Amino acid sequence: MRIPLSYVFKRIGFLVAVLFTAATINFLIPKLAPRDPVQELVNQKIASGGLTSQGAAEFRDSLRKLYGLDKPLWQQYLTYIWNTMRFDLGYSIVNYPVRVDFIIGQTVFWTLGFVGTSTILAFLIGTVVGALVGWSKTSKWFSWLMPPLAAFSAVPAFIIALVLIYFLAFKLHAFPLRGGYSATIVKDWSSTEFLLDVAHHAILPALSMLLVSIGGWSLGMRSMMVTVEGQDYITFAEAKGLKGSRIFFRYALRNTLLPQVTSLAMQLGLIVSGASLVETMFSYPGIGNRLGAAIAALDYPVIYGIVFFLVVGIAVATLVVDLLYPLLDPRISYSGG
Amino acid sequence: MQRGQGFKGFLNYIRRNPAFGGGLLILLLLLLFSTVAGYFVPKEGAYPLFTTPKQKPSAEHPFGTDSVGRDLLPTLIYGTRMTLSIGMIAGCIGLGVGTVLGFMTGYFGGLFDTIVKFFVDVLMTIPSFLLLITISASVPNPEEMSVIQMALILSLVSWVQPTRAIRAQVLSMRERAFVMMAKLSGMSGMEIIIKELMPNLLPYLAISLAGAVNGGVLGSLGLQTLGIGNLREPSLGMTIYWLRYYNAFLQGYWWWIIEPVIVIAAIFIAFLLISIGLDEFANPRTRRTV
Repeated sequence: MRIPLSYVFKRIGFLVAVLFTAATINFLIPKLAPRDPVQELVNQKIASGGLTSQGAAEFRDSLRKLYGLDKPLWQQYLTYIWNTMRFDLGYSIVNYPVRVDFIIGQTVFWTLGFVGTSTILAFLIGTVVGALVGWSKTSKWFSWLMPPLAAFSAVPAFIIALVLIYFLAFKLHAFPLRGGYSATIVKDWSSTEFLLDVAHHAILPALSMLLVSIGGWSLGMRSMMVTVEGQDYITFAEAKGLKGSRIFFRYALRNTLLPQVTSLAMQLGLIVSGASLVETMFSYPGIGNRLGAAIAALDYPVIYGIVFFLVVGIAVATLVVDLLYPLLDPRISYSGG
Repeated sequence: MQRGQGFKGFLNYIRRNPAFGGGLLILLLLLLFSTVAGYFVPKEGAYPLFTTPKQKPSAEHPFGTDSVGRDLLPTLIYGTRMTLSIGMIAGCIGLGVGTVLGFMTGYFGGLFDTIVKFFVDVLMTIPSFLLLITISASVPNPEEMSVIQMALILSLVSWVQPTRAIRAQVLSMRERAFVMMAKLSGMSGMEIIIKELMPNLLPYLAISLAGAVNGGVLGSLGLQTLGIGNLREPSLGMTIYWLRYYNAFLQGYWWWIIEPVIVIAAIFIAFLLISIGLDEFANPRTRRTV
């Protein structure tokens, strides 16, 4: 199955439009707001002492020059877009010589680790549970799973995280309260001890994400399973005398899986937003917690840089799923894309 | 609602659609808690230094107190009120804008439709929470943000989903026979929208409203939990922010943690049940029971 090139170009064009819009918003919003981060920084320095009014003015002008704020607006905008497209996201204001891309590189793998694991697990468990509940030949006891799963899926993950921290970490001492690894351990990615410690710390954040997302997958899967079960080809497979398990896996499950993959692409944004708040709850060393810290310290380049990076990540992941989808499902038409 | 009229007919309908009834009941209880209870509990208790800090729930303070001396009962009463108000204002603005844009683009089409659809598609790809962070982090004096300001910021993203959903419904309804009949009988576009399409889409508008309010509550909670917004006035997100700030976990103040969690969970479960119930009402054939 080949994907027409025009479709690929159309989708890539859309991706560029999304990134361009995100970068423009990042540039424009702070300009529109009557807020001057440079002046705020200078005021902070004055408040902490060590700057005369003469020195403050010079310091402010040199900062303005450094960030290119002395140039006309359109020139600033073009520079900003050009830098952003090269992934040059500038420097942190609070930790001055540290680059924003360095901060992202340091934190993103922690997030990818626990969010990726929990998303894949939730997708698999939720899909199987939903399929079993929707399939009329399975035990009716399965349907008792749905109300609690649906209730969990409605509540934000960071609220679930609060409950898990209190009962499992604080009361039972089964898991650490916070952080990505123990403070006392040697940080060495090749030692099993360290890896086990990291896994131990990741379980609760991942569990909060897992509990919230299983419900959504199983609800979607169940309703599709009910629809598929009424189809003629299922009746025909039964009439042929095929084994129940074969009908379930090869005829029903396979056909219902594809819409699930689409909703996975649609959910990515929500998953990332939810994960940032979960990380904040656990002070997990991931990108979401770093974003929270940047907000608390008003470190604008870091805030805008991380937001832009996450938008790029989600947009690219969505594009990949969109391009893979016609390969998975030959029934799909490209014209609608 | 054919069987019986008025309140009795409504009760009859609730019996056949328990999810909707249950959701409405929880929401009603929350609204009563956040409004009527306010007449008996003064608001001063929701600010720091009101009473002895770190008290377990007792006869004097039925919900306990936090570590800077807020009484948690008024904090939750006024906090629920603030959080629900923000969500409802943002949701109503979102639905209003979404209805206008959805009907205009879906019914008339053309260049305007192409432009709006492009923006909706782009904004669907950019996670709204990240957009909200960018916008609200740039607002001057976020610590003095009022309910209205917070709601206005949230409504910058809350129109996207309603616009998309309503546009899709209008598109599917535009070609139906009764719309053709209305056109043939000489009705104008606006007349058809208001007299023919609106009444048929009311359940979908209600679903969009529930979704938009839910999104507004979720957005305000998330922002306040990160410390963006008014952290002095009582709100549910503020309660979460401060319990983290003062390490309620390490000290084992279970009441300070569990109480807002229960209220927040009740809000979202109420919206879930209402949207399931409305869905059942709009598409009786799908039967999405839980």
